Amino acid sequence: MKNETRGFMTTAGVVLVLLSVVAGCARRQAPVASPTPPLLAPPAVTGAAPPAPPSRVEESLPVPPEPIAADAISSRSLDELNRDSPFRPVFYALDGADLDEAGRAVVTANAALLRKYPTWVVTVEGHCDERGTAEYNLALGERRAVAVKTYLVSLGIAPDRVRTVSYGKEFPFDPGHDEGAWSMNRRAHFVITSK
Amino acid sequence: MTMTNSQLPVRQLPKWIALTRSVGTSLGVGNWALGVALAAALVAGAVAGGLQASGRQAPEQQPPAAPAPQPAGGGPQPSGQQPSEVAVVISGDPGTPPRYAVPDFIAVNPEAAEAAKTMSQVLWDDLSFEREFYLIPRDTYATVPVARTADQIPFAAWRELGADAVAFGTVQRTGNNVRVEVRLFNVRTQQTAFSKEYTGTQANPRLYAHTISDEVHQQQRALRGVARTKLAFSSDRNRERMVGTVQDRDVKEVYISDYDGANPRRITTNRQLNLTPVWSPDARAIAYTSYRRGYPDLFVALIYDGVQQEPTKGGTQNWLPMYSPDGTRIVFTSSRDGNPELYIMNRDGSGVRRLTNHPAIDTTPTWSPTGTQIAFTSDRAGQPQIYIVGADGLNLRRLTTSESYADRPTWSPAPFNEIAFAARTGPGYDVKIYDLATGVTRQVTFGEGTNESPSYSPNGRHIAFTSTRAGRVQIFTIGRDGRGVKQITRDGNNYTPAWSN
Repeated sequence: MKNETRGFMTTAGVVLVLLSVVAGCARRQAPVASPTPPLLAPPAVTGAAPPAPPSRVEESLPVPPEPIAADAISSRSLDELNRDSPFRPVFYALDGADLDEAGRAVVTANAALLRKYPTWVVTVEGHCDERGTAEYNLALGERRAVAVKTYLVSLGIAPDRVRTVSYGKEFPFDPGHDEGAWSMNRRAHFVITSK
Repeated sequence: MTMTNSQLPVRQLPKWIALTRSVGTSLGVGNWALGVALAAALVAGAVAGGLQASGRQAPEQQPPAAPAPQPAGGGPQPSGQQPSEVAVVISGDPGTPPRYAVPDFIAVNPEAAEAAKTMSQVLWDDLSFEREFYLIPRDTYATVPVARTADQIPFAAWRELGADAVAFGTVQRTGNNVRVEVRLFNVRTQQTAFSKEYTGTQANPRLYAHTISDEVHQQQRALRGVARTKLAFSSDRNRERMVGTVQDRDVKEVYISDYDGANPRRITTNRQLNLTPVWSPDARAIAYTSYRRGYPDLFVALIYDGVQQEPTKGGTQNWLPMYSPDGTRIVFTSSRDGNPELYIMNRDGSGVRRLTNHPAIDTTPTWSPTGTQIAFTSDRAGQPQIYIVGADGLNLRRLTTSESYADRPTWSPAPFNEIAFAARTGPGYDVKIYDLATGVTRQVTFGEGTNESPSYSPNGRHIAFTSTRAGRVQIFTIGRDGRGVKQITRDGNNYTPAWSN
């Protein structure tokens, strides 16, 4: 009985070490550089912890699950993170809420970040430019945010880590009144709400 | 003579104002009135019987603070037999509206001077608003001698100025109270067409003018005026910023004001986005969309009780509420089932049921005056267009077919049967009106800035909307015929007006 338990614990320890090594490999990738497809099946990293592993094994792990001290991003406060966000926004065509090629690439990169920081919870804000009406834009922004969430979930991000909210045209990022401003304002914007 | 007995409806009667009905003797009606009292009574009877139809009648019952109306001819009448109310319709030259003059009210004592000036100015504005009368500009009155009492009114001089009607008012201030007496004279006949006295606090002189204007419109035109109605809107005028995790953002709070923009009062104070306020039909509650929980949800402010309610009780995203005409239900947009659809609930939040079911966006609902149909915006055909569906969810049909983009349908009150909406007409929007009887669409604004978010006045004759024509986003009103544009707000940016009953 004792041996069986020890054997299980050893196996679990090896699995966890392997996982963290793999995660470490993933971490060495540039966080938002290229629209690479997800490298890992995410549940293997985030959700698949065994139901009740004894805590002594965790204490004996040689590598902490997250290299907190060495990571400049994870050591920053929420305000700092959101002011200079590691997440890139998704931009949309006029009156549109569909993700185009570039949009999917951005969401894919953002999904990689969410996998890298598995405790982060984000709110995806849907924004519209001033050329739509105030009322309809509340729904259009909702649609834009939900499009991002749907794609994130399809990439394996847990739905409860992604909230959506539409701000319509209430919070333009660029106060201008030309295509340059409008294209900046039609976006799904990622905000880290907890970490 | 019941027409002049109109009282302040419950919803508009602040506790501090009491109206007293005029009594002929207290006003010292001149001897010119004696000979015409009978004729006047006959004319008034004809008016009461003959001018019912135009304009929506106000539910003017149950005045809580005013004394019960005396029957005509009742009350103390020691000198002569003149009735207490003399109603005469003052007409202008054939084919033209009657020309009204409203000189400064007379301050009986010096403390009343400011109130007297305010009341006469506001009354001039109020009487001109419905465009039933032509108001002679006040800066042309210099040639007319000032009358301190009614029997000094220089009718010949007013006639020379082209006036058909002249108002005469006196204001007396006693402590914090005022007593206002106002009379409207037919300049040709020198008869009193309207006379009434009011007492209350001096806190808001404008309300006396609004009340007089509504009662003159009711008596002279059998028209429900809107001078005592209010607007609710969303505004960033307090210039507060939301301190969030993203960046500083402007907050918007819900405000109300008089129909002319005066007396603005802030309703919400949560420093978040507070949008799209609408009035309950009794004008005691304002439902609005607030982001105070971090996502849009419906809240109700009982503005006279200082109570906030959250009928949807959180947890789901809900926005753009609209009360049913009887005030018992609220239709709104919600994404609770995955994408924006319309839902109807009882005003306390119970009995939620889904009205639309389509993968496209369904939003921005408005009730028909009977409460049996709902017009709304859907992009199920690609771009946003106006549709109508029964309040039971049946008989859906598309209304707008020749617009590239249409939103914010607003169903007019009876007797008009039309839907105003914002239509894309280039880079921006204009207010258009779809006539449900003929299917014809007419345009109300014409490309001055972008014009959005129309809302009807309770008598159906005016539309409040937002426009950028003066720079920032401001609220304007315009006649449903496209005439008479008036800027209402000037402070900050102001959005999504809603007009109270």
